[in-house]
Amino acid sequence: MTIYTQGILFLTSINLISVLGLSLLTGFTGSFCFGQAGFMAIGAYVSAMLAKFLSVPIPIALVCGSLAGGLISIPIGIPTLKLKGDYFAIATLGFAEAVRLVIENLQQFTGGSRGLPSIPTIKNPTGVVILGIIAFWLVRNYISSRHGRNCIAIREDEIAAQSIAINTNRYKIISFFINGLLAGLSGGLLAHYVGFIQPSMFGIPKSTELIIMVIFGGLHSVTGAMLAVIILTSLPELLRAAAVWRLVLYGAMVIFIMIVRPGGLVGSWELNWPSFEKLRGWINYHVIKKSQE
Amino acid sequence: MAILEIKHLSKYFGGVIAVEGFDLLLEKGRIEAIIGPNGAGKTTIFNLITGIYPPSEGEIFMNEHKLTGLQTYKISSLGISRTFQNIRLFPDNTVIDNVSTACHQQANYGILEGFIYSPRRIREEKEIRKHSLRLLEIAGLADRAQENARNLPYGHQRRLEIARALALNPKLLLLDEPAAGMNPEESRQLMVLIRDIKKEFNLTVLLIEHHMEVVMELSDYITVIDFGKTIAKGTPQEVQSNQKVIEAYLGIGE
Repeated sequence: MTIYTQGILFLTSINLISVLGLSLLTGFTGSFCFGQAGFMAIGAYVSAMLAKFLSVPIPIALVCGSLAGGLISIPIGIPTLKLKGDYFAIATLGFAEAVRLVIENLQQFTGGSRGLPSIPTIKNPTGVVILGIIAFWLVRNYISSRHGRNCIAIREDEIAAQSIAINTNRYKIISFFINGLLAGLSGGLLAHYVGFIQPSMFGIPKSTELIIMVIFGGLHSVTGAMLAVIILTSLPELLRAAAVWRLVLYGAMVIFIMIVRPGGLVGSWELNWPSFEKLRGWINYHVIKKSQE
Repeated sequence: MAILEIKHLSKYFGGVIAVEGFDLLLEKGRIEAIIGPNGAGKTTIFNLITGIYPPSEGEIFMNEHKLTGLQTYKISSLGISRTFQNIRLFPDNTVIDNVSTACHQQANYGILEGFIYSPRRIREEKEIRKHSLRLLEIAGLADRAQENARNLPYGHQRRLEIARALALNPKLLLLDEPAAGMNPEESRQLMVLIRDIKKEFNLTVLLIEHHMEVVMELSDYITVIDFGKTIAKGTPQEVQSNQKVIEAYLGIGE
């Protein structure tokens, strides 16, 4: 495997982990989060600084980064998750910008806007890919559980959810916490993959990129989120031939998909047993029967 | 014994009086109705009982347990479930999932078991499915279990809301205009459904309704309100012949 393909694998898995959290929070719980990069920045800096300054082994540093992302989401979530729709999005956007500015100004620890160089790196993407797959599996299981159903109920109609005895605040906080954990982990992995981080990597463009992936894949599907990450992470690489027009084409393709499929790439389709059963039924009916006739 | 007791309940929105001095003593096992012209404050009373709004004055008790000040989800977990006048289903969910979501009593597995398929989770989820299907059968929706709720016709959506409310295993069921938008045939079927579930689940029912034949047929006792104030109380016969009620509905004659 060339370093180039390894790099794509790294980036896909890292984006996937972050997008899974966002899919749970925004797609399934219905809280539109526009500050994902802020949680990633916290995970990235905690993990990177532990590994660099205190020589903490990378896996432990990653766990700490992930926990930092999760734990910070609780005090942020308790007041902001009471906000509705756009207001919550703005609050998370403000949080992410605040995180970025704090990191920029804590120069003696974080290196400020010049960044934090020579972070210990992970060379082999296998572990990261496996981590991404495990995260996908766990989030998918969660969404099909009774807790996932409660989250979906909140997204669909919060008052109705409360009137069937769902503690909506609790479930929103749990989703926010899980999202924080995954975003923190993703940020940490990014730091240990690139070996260098700076605050501008975690600005509004990063948050936008992640939210686009969730919407592009289909807000109501984690499978869609995964497909979107794979497509949208490798797409800019495939479009390298187009040189400066690369990002224009990228934007155009995203818009095209959203026009053709407003519900996202796969809508609310999910990769699970019932889907396999349906697919088998379809094949039995359309392919095997037809060939017998 | 009174299952629900409302004492001098009032709600003001700024200077607007939505409900004023409302009293109610609901005996267990009865079907009672609240009627009144549009904007009389009927739905506000339901929203006050279920904690969606805090009352301006007054108190609400269920089996001597004080409800005022509790959050909506707490109140519903104590055994009060409701339907909504303007139908609040989970539209992008399947019909069966709409009901399953409310089956809290069939499942108790924790957050961590949400991430893996533990034997307990698999067992309890089976239990939920069975229970939901049974409720859908009662509501006559079993054959549409896999459709999205938004694709159901209006009358079916109302029945699905009742099935979802039943999944909570309530003691008290609040129905907010269950027959709204139904034709005579559908509302007759609805009456049969309400009677059946009341018997089968040992329910007490509080009902808001505009279809007078439904109200008069079903309810044991009726409270009539107008502009937030209680203007009459009594059995269907008493209410029908009450002069104030006739004036509220038809206006005062010359």
